[in-house]
Order: sequence, then C-alpha cells, then structure tokens
Amino acid sequence: MKGGGPVIPNFGGSAHALACQKANRLFCWDWFSSNWSGTLWPALRQHVLLVLIAVVAGFAISMVLALFAHRYQRVEQPVTWFTSFLYTIPSLAFFELLLGIPGLGLNLVTAEIPLVAYTLLILFRNILTGLRNVPTEVLDAARGMGMSRRQTLLRVELPLAMPAIIAGLRIATVSTVALATIAVLVDGNYGLGKPILDGIGDYYFKTELIAAGALAVLLAITADGLLVGAQRLLTPWARMRAT
Amino acid sequence: MGSALETDASPAVGNARGRDASSALELELRNVQKRYPGRRDPAIPDLSLTVPAGEVCVLVGPSGSGKTTAMRLINRMIPLTGGDILLGGRSVLEREETELRREIGYVIQQVGLFPHQTVQENIATVPKLLGWPKDRTESRVRELLELISLDPAEVGKRYPHQLSGGQRQRVGVARALAADPPLLLMDEPFGAIDPINRATLQDGFLALQEKVRKTVVFVTHDIDEAIKMGDRIAILREGGTLAQYAPPAEILDSPADAFVADFVGADRALKRLGLATLADVKLPPMNGDKPAGDVPVTMSVRDALAAVLAAGGQPMRVLGDDGEVRGLATLDAIGRLFDGNSSALPDSVHSRREAPEQR
Repeated sequence: MKGGGPVIPNFGGSAHALACQKANRLFCWDWFSSNWSGTLWPALRQHVLLVLIAVVAGFAISMVLALFAHRYQRVEQPVTWFTSFLYTIPSLAFFELLLGIPGLGLNLVTAEIPLVAYTLLILFRNILTGLRNVPTEVLDAARGMGMSRRQTLLRVELPLAMPAIIAGLRIATVSTVALATIAVLVDGNYGLGKPILDGIGDYYFKTELIAAGALAVLLAITADGLLVGAQRLLTPWARMRAT
Repeated sequence: MGSALETDASPAVGNARGRDASSALELELRNVQKRYPGRRDPAIPDLSLTVPAGEVCVLVGPSGSGKTTAMRLINRMIPLTGGDILLGGRSVLEREETELRREIGYVIQQVGLFPHQTVQENIATVPKLLGWPKDRTESRVRELLELISLDPAEVGKRYPHQLSGGQRQRVGVARALAADPPLLLMDEPFGAIDPINRATLQDGFLALQEKVRKTVVFVTHDIDEAIKMGDRIAILREGGTLAQYAPPAEILDSPADAFVADFVGADRALKRLGLATLADVKLPPMNGDKPAGDVPVTMSVRDALAAVLAAGGQPMRVLGDDGEVRGLATLDAIGRLFDGNSSALPDSVHSRREAPEQR
C-alpha cells in the first residue's frame, strides 16, 4: 500500500493525505471517519462474526462434554487433559500446524478451529462446576418429588448452574475477542486483526492501530456487558440475593 | 383407592379424586430387608410394621439403626433388596419410580427448596409434574400457604433465601402436601431448627396433621420429639432391628427391654406425665389447705408437677375452662399415678389427638 511518492509517504491508502495525518498526531479523527465505512466497520463486523461462531460452537461442544462428564465421572479427566492441552498450544503455532493439514486452507474454517479450541477449557470447567455445585439436598428433594433425570437437569441443575455458565461465557468471549485478531494470519482479510497489523506495519502513523485496538476493546466490553445483562434476566433469584 | 394405574401421560386423572378427599393410605412394611453390596451385615435385616391410615409413625433410634434407610426404601430412593412395601395394599415395587414419588410427600432436614424458584413455584412442583391445569395449581398453592399461615400475597413471590429457617421448613411441608399425597415422609424435618422454633414448628405440624390426616413416617433421633409427634413409635436399634413398636404411652409405661428403657431415658416417668393432662388425674377435692396458686385443667401433669415442686410441694388449685374448681393437684395425687413400673394413667392419654377416622 505504501510508496505513493518518494518524499511524502502515502499513509492509510488515501490518495490525499489528511492534515492530521501529515502532522502525524497520535490520533487522527479525520482519518478515522474517512476510513470507518471502508475499513474499520467491515473489519469490526467480521470480528464479531469470528467471535460469535467461536463462542457458540465452543459452548455447544463444551456443554455436551460437560453433560457427559456430569453423568459419567470418568469422562472428566480425559476431557480436562485434552482441553488443557489444546489451551497450552501457542496460538501462532496452532495456525501454522493446521495449515499443514490437507484440506485446511487459508480460510475462515481454519481460523475458527483454534478459537473454538481455546474456549473449551474454560467453558467445560465452568459448566461442569456449575452443575456439580447444585446442593445435594436440592437434588435429593427433586428426586424425592418424582422428577426424572431429564426434568432434574432441565428444571433444576441447568438453571442453578447458570451463573457459573455465564461467568465462563464472559471469560471465553472476552479472551476470544482479543485472540481473534490473530486470525489475520490465516485469512489475511479478516477481522480487526487486519487494521491492527496494518497499523503495526506503519512505523509513523499509529491512528489505524489505535482505532482498531480500541474497537476490539470496546467490542469486548460491550459483549461482556450484554452477558451481564443476560445473567440478570436469566437469574433473577441470584440478583435478589444481594438486596 | 389406589386405582392410579394411569401412567404419567394422563395428568390430573390420578389426582382427580381431588383435594377434598384428603385420602390417607395404610402403609405396610413386610419383611423388609436392605443389604448393601460388599457389606457382610444387612443395614436392615428384617423389618415389618404397619402404619394405619392417617397416623404418624415415628422411626427413632441411634445412628446406624437404619431409620433413614427404612424411610427412603418406602419411596424407593434406595432400592429394596428383600421383602415388600405396600401402600394402600399395593406394592411400591410394581409402580414406576417417578410416578410413585409424586404420590408420596417428601420432606428432608435441609428442606431442599429450589433456590431459583419462588415459594409459589416451589410449592407447585409436583402439581406441575402431574400436569395440573394452571388455575387449579394456583388455587392449591394459595390454599397451602394459608394452611401453613403464610400470606400468599406477601410470601408467595419471595425466593427461599428471603425466608427464615422456620418459614422455609413450613414451605417444605407445604410443597410435600401440594398434590395431596396419601403418605408423607419426613426425615428429621425440624432437626436443623433452634429449640424454640422447633417447638413452634412441631405444634404447627400437629395442628396441620389434625386437618389433613395423612399417613406420616417421621424420622428423628430425638426421643422427646418422637413422643410428641408420634401416634406410634418404632424404636430401632443398631443393626436395623425393631426393638419396640407401640404408642408413646405404652413405650414409656412398659419398655420392651433394657435398650428401649435406656433409650427413652431415666426420666421416662416424667415424659409419661408430659403425655397426660390434669383432666386424666383423679384429683382430691379442695380441703382446708391454701393452694399455692391456680393451674388450668388442660395443663400437662408434668408441668403441674413442676409448679407444685416450685411451690415447695404445696398443692395447686386446678381450674376448668369455665373457671370451676376441679380439685387440688397434690404431690400425692400425682405420685399415686405410678404403681411400680407402669402408670395408672389411661391408655388414651395421648390426648392431643384421637384415633383417626377410618375410611
């Protein structure tokens, strides 16, 4: 993108450098507004999609694994080992490893695999802990009143595990927002990683880096806030506890 | 009774007899045996007893006597390994587990209310499982809250953690009674409550039982509670054998053996007096002595004795409900109730309640 002219480098791909761009202020609002619809907004939308797919898929897998581990104790150890192992793989190496697998190219699927993998440990543990922490007397009462196993799970265990489940979702979501920026390594045109990488590459003008980074932070905070709101809606009983 | 052969899928039907029926069923344990795999001695070798419909049977004994195990065998929370249990003449073994449990009220010491549900929702648990129509469930919940003296408008929408321990326990009982079960199982229901509130809850439950007349199996380790609550007491000894099964008065008057005598305590004469009121005692008429004070005829003999002792042995004047003088409560008159080992008190002195009406 660079090399518009020999004397004044052309920053940010725009043909005419903006005033604040020439002055190289720390943050150039004009640059921000003129690149919003073309660069930042699409990147943000892609980023949201990356995170959403990763968390939803990770949650579905973790829920199934946790329900198994809840029912069959011996499932827990192997699942914990495996998800911990996935979690320890350095993210850069993870993408590189996947590219060696035939059929996985430089695309969204390859980008999602590590993102999903990293959510599993935290989500699995939180769901399982939530289910296990349901007081035994509550389970005894549920059984004694004639609830089937399925009814107990749906009407008692999952609702009571909800605070722990949402706590896990919050951590998984926030960390995935940050982690999803490296998806740019696999799919060079995807997510907030792209403007961040461009911003890093630009030695002088840092507005793009700051803007994209700030969007990632705002996205994380917003997602976290939405989950807190969801928790308040889903667990009115826990909220009343404080009052 | 007992034509509840309908399956889960046919809601309402099993309970169509309605809440007015207030149906209690006889419970019979027939040569019940419980063995745990890998253990040489059975937890319960061979237990047989019958609880007549509408009576409270208290299972009492030291730890390791299998009292809670015996109770949990009834609703099949623990599987039976021998013998049979009949509810209203029908074996519990031929019932589907969940269906059976929905027909048996279940109260445990830690209550086990659902923390994520309001009081109303908690009480509605079994009606919901049975698929009652919404308005029927709602009116039943209101009725039960009134029965346990809680204001439906005020308490109904609260969550369990917003209630006191005693209120929670009452809600637990209401929840167990929701579908009007013919049998109620209570495992140390008041065990975690402080002594003052426990007495209130016990009295409250007895008053409730007066109205609903359920067959109740009540587990406790506290002999005083057993005497207070039970129409009959089954005393179990370590190893799960039945030492004695009789009404409280009979157990206090004539303990079957040294174990029972020891278990009921050296003060069993006093406990016996606690079961009788002054109306049961032949009181000497007023004489020239000046009584130390007045006591009502409805007072327990035990309390009257305490009053006499506190007055330095001087008699108390006994007054009837109408204020009429019934005689004098003297040390001598109370002492004469005992003749060696057994008391001269009538057997019916478990006077709080009379024998339940038979269906």
